Amino acid sequence: MIEVINLSKKFKDFTAVDNISFSVKKGEIFAFLGPNGAGKSTTIKMLTTLLKPTTGKIVINGVDPTKEQDLARHSFGIVFQDPSLDDELTVSENMEFHGVLYGLAKKARREKIEELLKFVELWERRKDLVKTFSGGMKRRLEIARGLMHEPEIIFLDEPTIGLDPQTRNHMWNYLRNLNKEKQITVFFTTHYMEEAEKMADRVAVIDQGKIIASGTPEELKQQTGKASLEEAFLDLTGKVIRDEEIDSTEIMRQHRRMWGGKR
Amino acid sequence: MNILYILWLRQIKKYLRSKARIIGSLGQPLLFLVALGFGLGPVYEKAGGGNYLEFLVPGIVAMSIIFTAIFSGIEIIWDKQFGFLKETLVAPVSRLKIMLGRTLGGATVATVQGLIVFALSFLLGFRLPNWWLFPLALLFMILIALLFTAMGTALASVLNDMQGFQLIINFLIMPLFFLSGALFPLDNLPTAISIATRVDPLTYGVDGLRGVLIGASHFGMTLDLLILTLITGLFIVIGSYLFTKIEI
Repeated sequence: MIEVINLSKKFKDFTAVDNISFSVKKGEIFAFLGPNGAGKSTTIKMLTTLLKPTTGKIVINGVDPTKEQDLARHSFGIVFQDPSLDDELTVSENMEFHGVLYGLAKKARREKIEELLKFVELWERRKDLVKTFSGGMKRRLEIARGLMHEPEIIFLDEPTIGLDPQTRNHMWNYLRNLNKEKQITVFFTTHYMEEAEKMADRVAVIDQGKIIASGTPEELKQQTGKASLEEAFLDLTGKVIRDEEIDSTEIMRQHRRMWGGKR
Repeated sequence: MNILYILWLRQIKKYLRSKARIIGSLGQPLLFLVALGFGLGPVYEKAGGGNYLEFLVPGIVAMSIIFTAIFSGIEIIWDKQFGFLKETLVAPVSRLKIMLGRTLGGATVATVQGLIVFALSFLLGFRLPNWWLFPLALLFMILIALLFTAMGTALASVLNDMQGFQLIINFLIMPLFFLSGALFPLDNLPTAISIATRVDPLTYGVDGLRGVLIGASHFGMTLDLLILTLITGLFIVIGSYLFTKIEI
Protein backbone atom coordinates (compact mmCIF):
# COMPACT_ATOMS: atom_id res chain seq x y z
CA MET A 1 0.00 0.00 0.00
CA ILE A 2 2.88 2.34 0.81
CA GLU A 3 6.29 1.72 -0.72
CA VAL A 4 9.22 4.00 0.05
CA ILE A 5 12.56 3.45 -1.67
CA ASN A 6 15.77 5.37 -0.89
CA LEU A 7 13.85 8.50 0.04
CA SER A 8 15.79 11.64 1.03
CA LYS A 9 14.88 15.23 1.78
CA LYS A 10 17.48 17.97 2.08
CA PHE A 11 16.81 21.50 3.25
CA LYS A 12 19.81 23.55 2.12
CA ASP A 13 22.69 21.80 3.91
CA PHE A 14 20.55 19.90 6.40
CA THR A 15 19.40 16.38 5.62
CA ALA A 16 16.07 15.81 7.35
CA VAL A 17 15.41 12.42 5.83
CA ASP A 18 18.40 10.36 4.77
CA ASN A 19 17.91 7.55 2.30
CA ILE A 20 15.08 5.64 4.00
CA SER A 21 13.18 2.65 2.67
CA PHE A 22 10.19 0.86 4.11
CA SER A 23 6.87 -0.58 3.08
CA VAL A 24 3.43 -0.85 4.62
CA LYS A 25 1.03 -3.59 3.61
CA LYS A 26 -2.67 -3.14 2.97
CA GLY A 27 -4.74 -3.30 6.13
CA GLU A 28 -1.75 -2.87 8.38
CA ILE A 29 -1.49 -0.53 11.38
CA PHE A 30 1.96 0.95 11.08
CA ALA A 31 3.67 3.12 13.70
CA PHE A 32 6.42 5.50 12.67
CA LEU A 33 8.47 6.31 15.75
CA GLY A 34 11.34 8.62 16.51
CA PRO A 35 12.55 11.37 18.82
CA ASN A 36 11.81 15.03 18.10
CA GLY A 37 13.35 16.25 14.87
CA ALA A 38 14.06 12.73 13.63
CA GLY A 39 12.28 13.28 10.33
CA LYS A 40 8.83 11.87 11.03
CA SER A 41 6.80 14.88 9.97
CA THR A 42 8.99 15.53 6.95
CA THR A 43 8.39 11.96 5.82
CA ILE A 44 4.63 12.28 6.28
CA LYS A 45 4.68 15.53 4.33
CA MET A 46 6.44 13.83 1.46
CA LEU A 47 4.03 10.91 1.54
CA THR A 48 1.06 13.27 1.46
CA THR A 49 2.28 15.53 -1.39
CA LEU A 50 3.00 18.56 0.80
CA LEU A 51 6.75 18.33 0.19
CA LYS A 52 8.70 17.13 -2.81
CA PRO A 53 11.40 14.55 -2.09
CA THR A 54 14.95 15.50 -2.99
CA THR A 55 15.65 11.97 -4.19
CA GLY A 56 14.03 8.57 -3.94
CA LYS A 57 10.75 7.00 -4.87
CA ILE A 58 7.33 6.78 -3.23
CA VAL A 59 4.43 4.61 -4.30
CA ILE A 60 1.07 5.11 -2.60
CA ASN A 61 -1.76 2.81 -3.54
CA GLY A 62 -0.01 2.09 -6.81
CA VAL A 63 0.70 5.68 -7.84
CA ASP A 64 3.65 8.04 -7.53
CA PRO A 65 2.42 11.05 -5.53
CA THR A 66 4.99 13.36 -7.10
CA LYS A 67 3.66 12.57 -10.56
CA GLU A 68 -0.02 11.80 -10.09
CA GLN A 69 -0.74 14.10 -7.20
CA ASP A 70 -4.50 14.15 -7.34
CA LEU A 71 -4.83 10.41 -7.77
CA ALA A 72 -2.61 9.87 -4.74
CA ARG A 73 -4.53 12.50 -2.78
CA HIS A 74 -7.81 10.68 -3.31
CA SER A 75 -6.34 7.54 -1.80
CA PHE A 76 -5.41 8.90 1.61
CA GLY A 77 -6.93 10.84 4.46
CA ILE A 78 -4.83 12.75 6.96
CA VAL A 79 -5.10 14.02 10.51
CA PHE A 80 -2.46 16.65 11.10
CA GLN A 81 -0.51 17.29 14.26
CA ASP A 82 -2.15 20.70 14.56
CA PRO A 83 -5.91 20.72 14.16
CA SER A 84 -6.77 21.97 10.70
CA LEU A 85 -10.48 22.52 11.18
CA ASP A 86 -12.11 25.84 10.63
CA ASP A 87 -13.16 27.01 14.08
CA GLU A 88 -15.59 29.56 12.73
CA LEU A 89 -17.55 26.97 10.81
CA THR A 90 -19.93 24.34 12.14
CA VAL A 91 -19.25 20.63 12.19
CA SER A 92 -21.43 20.02 9.12
CA GLU A 93 -19.86 22.90 7.25
CA ASN A 94 -16.38 21.57 7.85
CA MET A 95 -17.45 18.20 6.54
CA GLU A 96 -19.33 19.71 3.61
CA PHE A 97 -16.25 21.68 2.60
CA HIS A 98 -14.13 18.55 2.57
CA GLY A 99 -16.73 16.68 0.54
CA VAL A 100 -16.82 19.38 -2.13
CA LEU A 101 -13.03 19.55 -2.35
CA TYR A 102 -12.90 15.80 -2.92
CA GLY A 103 -15.58 15.99 -5.57
CA LEU A 104 -18.35 14.06 -3.81
CA ALA A 105 -21.82 14.56 -5.26
CA LYS A 106 -24.35 16.25 -3.01
CA LYS A 107 -26.32 13.14 -2.12
CA ALA A 108 -23.25 11.03 -1.41
CA ARG A 109 -21.88 13.91 0.64
CA ARG A 110 -24.93 14.16 2.86
CA GLU A 111 -25.08 10.42 3.43
CA LYS A 112 -21.41 10.18 4.22
CA ILE A 113 -21.56 13.12 6.62
CA GLU A 114 -24.39 11.54 8.55
CA GLU A 115 -22.77 8.12 8.64
CA LEU A 116 -19.39 9.39 9.79
CA LEU A 117 -20.65 11.91 12.32
CA LYS A 118 -22.74 9.18 13.88
CA PHE A 119 -19.70 6.95 13.86
CA VAL A 120 -17.62 9.45 15.86
CA GLU A 121 -20.67 10.41 17.95
CA LEU A 122 -20.84 14.03 16.87
CA TRP A 123 -24.07 13.88 14.90
CA GLU A 124 -26.06 15.60 17.65
CA ARG A 125 -23.54 18.44 17.63
CA ARG A 126 -23.46 18.92 13.87
CA LYS A 127 -24.82 22.46 13.97
CA ASP A 128 -22.35 23.68 16.57
CA LEU A 129 -19.35 25.83 15.77
CA VAL A 130 -16.11 23.90 16.04
CA LYS A 131 -14.57 26.54 18.30
CA THR A 132 -16.82 25.35 21.13
CA PHE A 133 -15.22 21.87 20.99
CA SER A 134 -12.61 20.26 23.22
CA GLY A 135 -9.39 18.86 21.79
CA GLY A 136 -10.75 15.33 21.82
CA MET A 137 -13.91 16.27 19.96
CA LYS A 138 -11.88 18.10 17.35
CA ARG A 139 -9.74 15.00 16.83
CA ARG A 140 -12.82 12.87 16.35
CA LEU A 141 -14.19 15.31 13.84
CA GLU A 142 -10.89 15.37 11.98
CA ILE A 143 -10.86 11.60 11.78
CA ALA A 144 -14.42 11.63 10.46
CA ARG A 145 -13.46 14.26 7.93
CA GLY A 146 -10.35 12.38 6.84
CA LEU A 147 -12.45 9.30 6.14
CA MET A 148 -15.13 11.03 4.14
CA HIS A 149 -13.75 10.32 0.69
CA GLU A 150 -13.24 6.64 1.61
CA PRO A 151 -9.46 6.62 1.54
CA GLU A 152 -7.43 3.43 1.49
CA ILE A 153 -4.90 4.87 3.91
CA ILE A 154 -5.21 7.20 6.85
CA PHE A 155 -2.18 9.15 8.07
CA LEU A 156 -2.21 10.37 11.65
CA ASP A 157 0.58 12.67 12.84
CA GLU A 158 0.68 12.42 16.64
CA PRO A 159 -3.08 12.02 16.83
CA THR A 160 -3.30 11.47 20.56
CA ILE A 161 -1.07 14.30 21.72
CA GLY A 162 -2.75 16.27 24.51
CA LEU A 163 -5.70 13.88 24.81
CA ASP A 164 -6.74 12.24 28.07
CA PRO A 165 -6.61 8.43 28.34
CA GLN A 166 -10.39 8.12 27.92
CA THR A 167 -10.43 10.03 24.65
CA ARG A 168 -7.32 8.24 23.47
CA ASN A 169 -8.90 4.89 24.14
CA HIS A 170 -12.09 5.95 22.40
CA MET A 171 -10.21 7.16 19.36
CA TRP A 172 -8.23 3.98 19.00
CA ASN A 173 -11.38 1.94 19.22
CA TYR A 174 -12.71 3.79 16.19
CA LEU A 175 -9.52 3.34 14.29
CA ARG A 176 -9.28 -0.35 15.09
CA ASN A 177 -12.86 -0.88 14.03
CA LEU A 178 -12.24 0.87 10.77
CA ASN A 179 -9.10 -1.03 10.18
CA LYS A 180 -10.88 -4.35 10.74
CA GLU A 181 -14.12 -3.58 8.92
CA LYS A 182 -12.86 -1.68 5.93
CA GLN A 183 -9.26 -2.83 5.74
CA ILE A 184 -8.06 0.75 5.96
CA THR A 185 -4.30 1.03 6.30
CA VAL A 186 -3.32 3.15 9.30
CA PHE A 187 -0.01 5.02 9.35
CA PHE A 188 0.65 6.96 12.53
CA THR A 189 3.38 8.68 14.53
CA THR A 190 3.40 8.95 18.29
CA HIS A 191 5.59 9.58 21.28
CA TYR A 192 3.60 7.16 23.42
CA MET A 193 5.39 3.84 23.15
CA GLU A 194 2.69 1.84 24.96
CA GLU A 195 0.30 3.05 22.30
CA ALA A 196 2.55 1.87 19.50
CA GLU A 197 3.15 -1.42 21.25
CA LYS A 198 -0.54 -2.04 21.74
CA MET A 199 -1.90 -0.85 18.42
CA ALA A 200 0.71 -1.31 15.75
CA ASP A 201 1.20 -4.45 13.72
CA ARG A 202 4.60 -3.16 12.72
CA VAL A 203 6.79 -0.21 13.66
CA ALA A 204 9.75 1.60 12.17
CA VAL A 205 12.12 3.71 14.25
CA ILE A 206 13.67 6.74 12.61
CA ASP A 207 16.49 8.75 14.13
CA GLN A 208 18.51 11.57 12.60
CA GLY A 209 16.82 10.96 9.29
CA LYS A 210 17.68 7.26 9.09
CA ILE A 211 15.58 4.21 9.83
CA ILE A 212 17.48 2.35 12.50
CA ALA A 213 15.09 -0.50 13.17
CA SER A 214 11.83 -1.94 11.94
CA GLY A 215 9.63 -4.94 12.54
CA THR A 216 6.83 -6.01 14.85
CA PRO A 217 7.00 -4.65 18.41
CA GLU A 218 7.87 -8.20 19.47
CA GLU A 219 10.80 -8.34 17.10
CA LEU A 220 12.20 -5.03 18.30
CA LYS A 221 11.99 -6.17 21.89
CA GLN A 222 13.79 -9.39 21.05
CA GLN A 223 16.38 -7.60 18.97
CA THR A 224 17.29 -5.31 21.86
CA GLY A 225 16.57 -7.81 24.64
CA LYS A 226 14.22 -5.42 26.45
CA ALA A 227 10.87 -6.05 28.08
CA SER A 228 8.91 -3.17 26.58
CA LEU A 229 8.89 -1.17 23.37
CA GLU A 230 9.69 1.96 25.34
CA GLU A 231 12.92 0.44 26.64
CA ALA A 232 13.72 -0.94 23.22
CA PHE A 233 13.16 2.52 21.74
CA LEU A 234 15.47 4.16 24.28
CA ASP A 235 18.04 1.49 23.66
CA LEU A 236 17.92 2.15 19.93
CA THR A 237 17.86 5.93 19.95
CA GLY A 238 19.89 6.62 23.11
CA LYS A 239 18.85 8.63 26.14
CA VAL A 240 20.16 11.97 25.02
CA ILE A 241 17.43 14.60 24.91
CA ARG A 242 17.18 16.15 21.46
CA ASP A 243 17.40 19.89 21.20
CA GLU A 244 15.19 20.68 18.32
CA GLU A 245 15.76 24.09 16.81
CA ILE A 246 12.69 26.17 17.46
CA ASP A 247 11.12 27.04 14.16
CA SER A 248 8.42 29.41 13.05
CA THR A 249 5.74 26.76 13.49
CA GLU A 250 6.66 26.28 17.10
CA ILE A 251 6.62 30.03 17.68
CA MET A 252 3.11 30.23 16.27
CA ARG A 253 2.05 27.23 18.30
CA GLN A 254 3.11 29.07 21.43
CA HIS A 255 1.13 32.12 20.39
CA ARG A 256 -1.82 29.93 19.80
CA ARG A 257 -1.60 28.39 23.24
CA MET A 258 -1.33 31.84 24.75
CA TRP A 259 -4.35 33.19 22.93
CA GLY A 260 -6.37 30.04 23.26
CA GLY A 261 -6.61 29.52 19.55
CA LYS A 262 -7.77 33.02 18.78
CA ARG A 263 -5.88 35.82 17.22
CA MET B 1 -16.85 26.01 -10.16
CA ASN B 2 -18.17 24.19 -7.12
CA ILE B 3 -14.78 24.46 -5.54
CA LEU B 4 -14.39 28.18 -6.15
CA TYR B 5 -17.88 28.63 -4.75
CA ILE B 6 -17.28 26.73 -1.53
CA LEU B 7 -13.98 28.52 -0.93
CA TRP B 8 -15.72 31.83 -1.52
CA LEU B 9 -18.68 30.86 0.64
CA ARG B 10 -16.42 29.96 3.52
CA GLN B 11 -14.90 33.47 3.60
CA ILE B 12 -18.34 35.06 3.46
CA LYS B 13 -19.70 32.90 6.27
CA LYS B 14 -16.72 33.63 8.45
CA TYR B 15 -17.11 37.33 7.80
CA LEU B 16 -20.80 37.40 8.62
CA ARG B 17 -20.18 35.48 11.82
CA SER B 18 -17.57 37.84 13.21
CA LYS B 19 -19.83 40.75 14.02
CA ALA B 20 -17.30 42.15 16.44
CA ARG B 21 -14.70 42.31 13.69
CA ILE B 22 -17.08 44.02 11.27
CA ILE B 23 -17.99 46.70 13.75
CA GLY B 24 -14.43 47.02 15.04
CA SER B 25 -13.02 47.61 11.60
CA LEU B 26 -15.49 50.42 10.95
CA GLY B 27 -14.08 52.45 13.82
CA GLN B 28 -10.96 53.65 12.06
CA PRO B 29 -12.54 54.83 8.80
CA LEU B 30 -15.32 56.57 10.68
CA LEU B 31 -12.82 58.33 12.91
CA PHE B 32 -10.88 59.48 9.85
CA LEU B 33 -14.04 60.80 8.22
CA VAL B 34 -15.24 62.63 11.29
CA ALA B 35 -11.93 63.95 12.62
CA LEU B 36 -10.30 64.84 9.32
CA GLY B 37 -13.47 65.62 7.41
CA PHE B 38 -14.81 68.07 9.94
CA GLY B 39 -11.44 69.01 11.47
CA LEU B 40 -9.64 69.99 8.28
CA GLY B 41 -12.81 70.94 6.43
CA PRO B 42 -12.74 74.66 7.23
CA VAL B 43 -9.05 75.06 6.28
CA TYR B 44 -9.57 73.15 3.05
CA GLU B 45 -12.52 75.29 2.13
CA LYS B 46 -10.64 78.50 2.90
CA ALA B 47 -7.85 77.33 0.61
CA GLY B 48 -10.42 77.07 -2.14
CA GLY B 49 -10.53 73.26 -2.22
CA GLY B 50 -14.27 72.93 -1.70
CA ASN B 51 -15.93 70.40 0.55
CA TYR B 52 -13.21 68.29 2.21
CA LEU B 53 -15.56 65.59 3.53
CA GLU B 54 -16.76 64.99 0.01
CA PHE B 55 -13.16 64.82 -1.17
CA LEU B 56 -12.25 62.44 1.63
CA VAL B 57 -15.03 59.85 1.23
CA PRO B 58 -13.56 58.02 -1.80
CA GLY B 59 -10.17 57.91 -0.06
CA ILE B 60 -11.58 56.46 3.15
CA VAL B 61 -13.71 53.94 1.28
CA ALA B 62 -10.53 52.84 -0.49
CA MET B 63 -8.74 52.70 2.86
CA SER B 64 -11.20 50.32 4.44
CA ILE B 65 -11.02 48.13 1.36
CA ILE B 66 -7.24 47.92 1.27
CA PHE B 67 -6.94 47.15 4.99
CA THR B 68 -9.53 44.40 4.89
CA ALA B 69 -8.14 43.02 1.63
CA ILE B 70 -4.49 42.80 2.69
CA PHE B 71 -5.42 41.29 6.05
CA SER B 72 -7.54 38.61 4.49
CA GLY B 73 -4.64 37.72 2.21
CA ILE B 74 -2.19 37.68 5.09
CA GLU B 75 -4.40 35.36 7.11
CA ILE B 76 -2.87 32.62 5.01
CA ILE B 77 0.28 32.79 7.14
CA TRP B 78 -1.74 31.60 10.08
CA ASP B 79 -3.74 29.21 7.98
CA LYS B 80 -0.61 27.49 6.75
CA GLN B 81 -0.12 25.89 10.14
CA PHE B 82 -3.47 26.05 11.85
CA GLY B 83 -6.17 26.14 9.44
CA PHE B 84 -7.91 25.01 6.49
CA LEU B 85 -5.03 25.75 4.20
CA LYS B 86 -3.24 22.54 5.09
CA GLU B 87 -6.43 20.58 4.63
CA THR B 88 -7.00 22.22 1.24
CA LEU B 89 -3.41 21.68 0.12
CA VAL B 90 -3.65 17.89 0.46
CA ALA B 91 -7.02 17.82 -1.31
CA PRO B 92 -7.14 16.84 -4.98
CA VAL B 93 -7.63 20.43 -6.07
CA SER B 94 -5.20 22.65 -7.95
CA ARG B 95 -3.45 25.37 -5.98
CA LEU B 96 -4.59 27.91 -8.53
CA LYS B 97 -8.24 27.20 -7.71
CA ILE B 98 -7.59 27.47 -4.00
CA MET B 99 -5.84 30.79 -4.46
CA LEU B 100 -8.57 32.14 -6.74
CA GLY B 101 -11.39 31.01 -4.48
CA ARG B 102 -9.77 32.57 -1.47
CA THR B 103 -8.97 35.78 -3.29
CA LEU B 104 -12.52 36.11 -4.58
CA GLY B 105 -13.86 35.55 -1.07
CA GLY B 106 -11.44 38.01 0.52
CA ALA B 107 -12.12 40.60 -2.17
CA THR B 108 -15.88 40.26 -1.72
CA VAL B 109 -15.55 40.82 2.00
CA ALA B 110 -13.31 43.85 1.43
CA THR B 111 -15.76 45.30 -1.09
CA VAL B 112 -18.65 44.87 1.32
CA GLN B 113 -16.60 46.58 4.00
CA GLY B 114 -16.03 49.48 1.58
CA LEU B 115 -19.74 49.64 0.81
CA ILE B 116 -20.60 49.85 4.49
CA VAL B 117 -18.22 52.78 4.95
CA PHE B 118 -19.68 54.36 1.83
CA ALA B 119 -23.19 53.99 3.25
CA LEU B 120 -22.11 55.44 6.59
CA SER B 121 -20.69 58.51 4.89
CA PHE B 122 -24.26 59.43 3.97
CA LEU B 123 -24.94 59.84 7.67
CA LEU B 124 -22.19 62.45 7.76
CA GLY B 125 -23.77 64.38 4.95
CA PHE B 126 -22.16 62.88 1.85
CA ARG B 127 -24.39 62.81 -1.25
CA LEU B 128 -23.85 61.04 -4.54
CA PRO B 129 -24.60 63.45 -7.40
CA ASN B 130 -25.36 60.75 -9.91
CA TRP B 131 -26.58 57.26 -8.98
CA TRP B 132 -26.16 56.03 -12.55
CA LEU B 133 -22.46 55.98 -11.94
CA PHE B 134 -22.74 53.74 -8.91
CA PRO B 135 -21.95 50.48 -10.82
CA LEU B 136 -18.73 52.08 -12.01
CA ALA B 137 -17.84 52.98 -8.44
CA LEU B 138 -18.51 49.38 -7.48
CA LEU B 139 -16.19 48.21 -10.25
CA PHE B 140 -13.39 50.38 -8.89
CA MET B 141 -14.01 49.03 -5.39
CA ILE B 142 -13.88 45.44 -6.61
CA LEU B 143 -10.65 46.05 -8.48
CA ILE B 144 -9.01 47.64 -5.44
CA ALA B 145 -10.20 44.72 -3.32
CA LEU B 146 -8.89 42.10 -5.76
CA LEU B 147 -5.56 43.83 -6.18
CA PHE B 148 -4.77 44.03 -2.49
CA THR B 149 -6.13 40.62 -1.54
CA ALA B 150 -3.81 39.18 -4.17
CA MET B 151 -0.96 41.29 -2.78
CA GLY B 152 -1.66 39.97 0.72
CA THR B 153 -1.70 36.42 -0.62
CA ALA B 154 1.62 36.94 -2.37
CA LEU B 155 3.17 38.25 0.86
CA ALA B 156 1.71 35.49 2.99
CA SER B 157 3.03 32.88 0.60
CA VAL B 158 6.63 33.92 1.19
CA LEU B 159 6.41 34.68 4.92
CA ASN B 160 6.45 31.90 7.49
CA ASP B 161 5.34 33.54 10.69
CA MET B 162 3.60 36.59 12.00
CA GLN B 163 6.89 38.33 12.87
CA GLY B 164 6.80 40.33 9.67
CA PHE B 165 3.30 41.49 10.33
CA GLN B 166 4.17 44.79 12.00
CA LEU B 167 6.60 45.44 9.19
CA ILE B 168 3.88 44.98 6.63
CA ILE B 169 1.53 47.37 8.39
CA ASN B 170 4.08 50.12 8.86
CA PHE B 171 6.11 49.78 5.70
CA LEU B 172 3.49 48.65 3.25
CA ILE B 173 -0.12 49.31 4.14
CA MET B 174 0.41 52.69 5.77
CA PRO B 175 2.60 54.13 2.98
CA LEU B 176 0.26 52.71 0.33
CA PHE B 177 -2.62 54.47 2.00
CA PHE B 178 -1.00 57.78 2.91
CA LEU B 179 0.75 58.20 -0.44
CA SER B 180 -2.33 57.36 -2.48
CA GLY B 181 -3.84 60.81 -2.42
CA ALA B 182 -6.63 59.48 -0.25
CA LEU B 183 -6.20 62.45 2.06
CA PHE B 184 -4.84 65.20 -0.19
CA PRO B 185 -5.21 66.41 -3.79
CA LEU B 186 -2.53 65.29 -6.24
CA ASP B 187 -1.97 68.79 -7.71
CA ASN B 188 1.17 70.83 -7.07
CA LEU B 189 2.96 68.23 -4.99
CA PRO B 190 6.74 68.28 -4.40
CA THR B 191 8.42 66.11 -7.04
CA ALA B 192 9.41 63.28 -4.68
CA ILE B 193 5.90 62.91 -3.29
CA SER B 194 4.44 63.22 -6.74
CA ILE B 195 6.58 60.32 -7.96
CA ALA B 196 5.69 58.25 -4.90
CA THR B 197 1.98 58.76 -5.50
CA ARG B 198 2.35 57.70 -9.12
CA VAL B 199 4.11 54.49 -8.13
CA ASP B 200 1.47 53.63 -5.55
CA PRO B 201 -1.20 51.49 -7.26
CA LEU B 202 -3.83 52.58 -4.76
CA THR B 203 -3.55 56.12 -6.16
CA TYR B 204 -5.34 55.04 -9.33
CA GLY B 205 -8.04 53.30 -7.33
CA VAL B 206 -8.67 56.34 -5.16
CA ASP B 207 -8.50 58.70 -8.12
CA GLY B 208 -10.90 56.63 -10.17
CA LEU B 209 -13.30 56.31 -7.29
CA ARG B 210 -13.11 60.03 -6.75
CA GLY B 211 -13.81 60.62 -10.40
CA VAL B 212 -16.95 58.51 -10.20
CA LEU B 213 -18.23 59.65 -6.83
CA ILE B 214 -17.56 63.39 -6.90
CA GLY B 215 -16.58 63.99 -10.51
CA ALA B 216 -13.02 65.10 -9.78
CA SER B 217 -10.32 62.85 -11.16
CA HIS B 218 -6.67 63.78 -11.57
CA PHE B 219 -5.62 61.26 -14.20
CA GLY B 220 -9.01 60.68 -15.80
CA MET B 221 -11.14 57.66 -15.10
CA THR B 222 -10.21 55.74 -18.26
CA LEU B 223 -6.52 55.85 -17.44
CA ASP B 224 -7.25 54.95 -13.82
CA LEU B 225 -9.32 51.99 -14.85
CA LEU B 226 -6.73 50.81 -17.34
CA ILE B 227 -3.78 51.01 -14.95
CA LEU B 228 -5.73 49.52 -12.05
CA THR B 229 -6.93 46.58 -14.15
CA LEU B 230 -3.42 45.86 -15.40
CA ILE B 231 -1.87 45.96 -11.94
CA THR B 232 -4.67 43.84 -10.49
CA GLY B 233 -4.11 41.24 -13.20
CA LEU B 234 -0.39 41.33 -12.53
CA PHE B 235 -0.80 40.80 -8.80
CA ILE B 236 -3.24 37.94 -9.26
CA VAL B 237 -0.62 36.26 -11.45
CA ILE B 238 2.17 36.94 -8.92
CA GLY B 239 -0.01 35.85 -6.00
CA SER B 240 -1.04 32.65 -7.77
CA TYR B 241 2.52 31.85 -8.72
CA LEU B 242 3.86 32.34 -5.19
CA PHE B 243 0.90 30.49 -3.71
CA THR B 244 1.59 27.42 -5.82
CA LYS B 245 5.18 27.49 -4.55
CA ILE B 246 4.19 27.30 -0.86
CA GLU B 247 5.93 24.48 0.98
CA ILE B 248 4.77 23.72 4.45
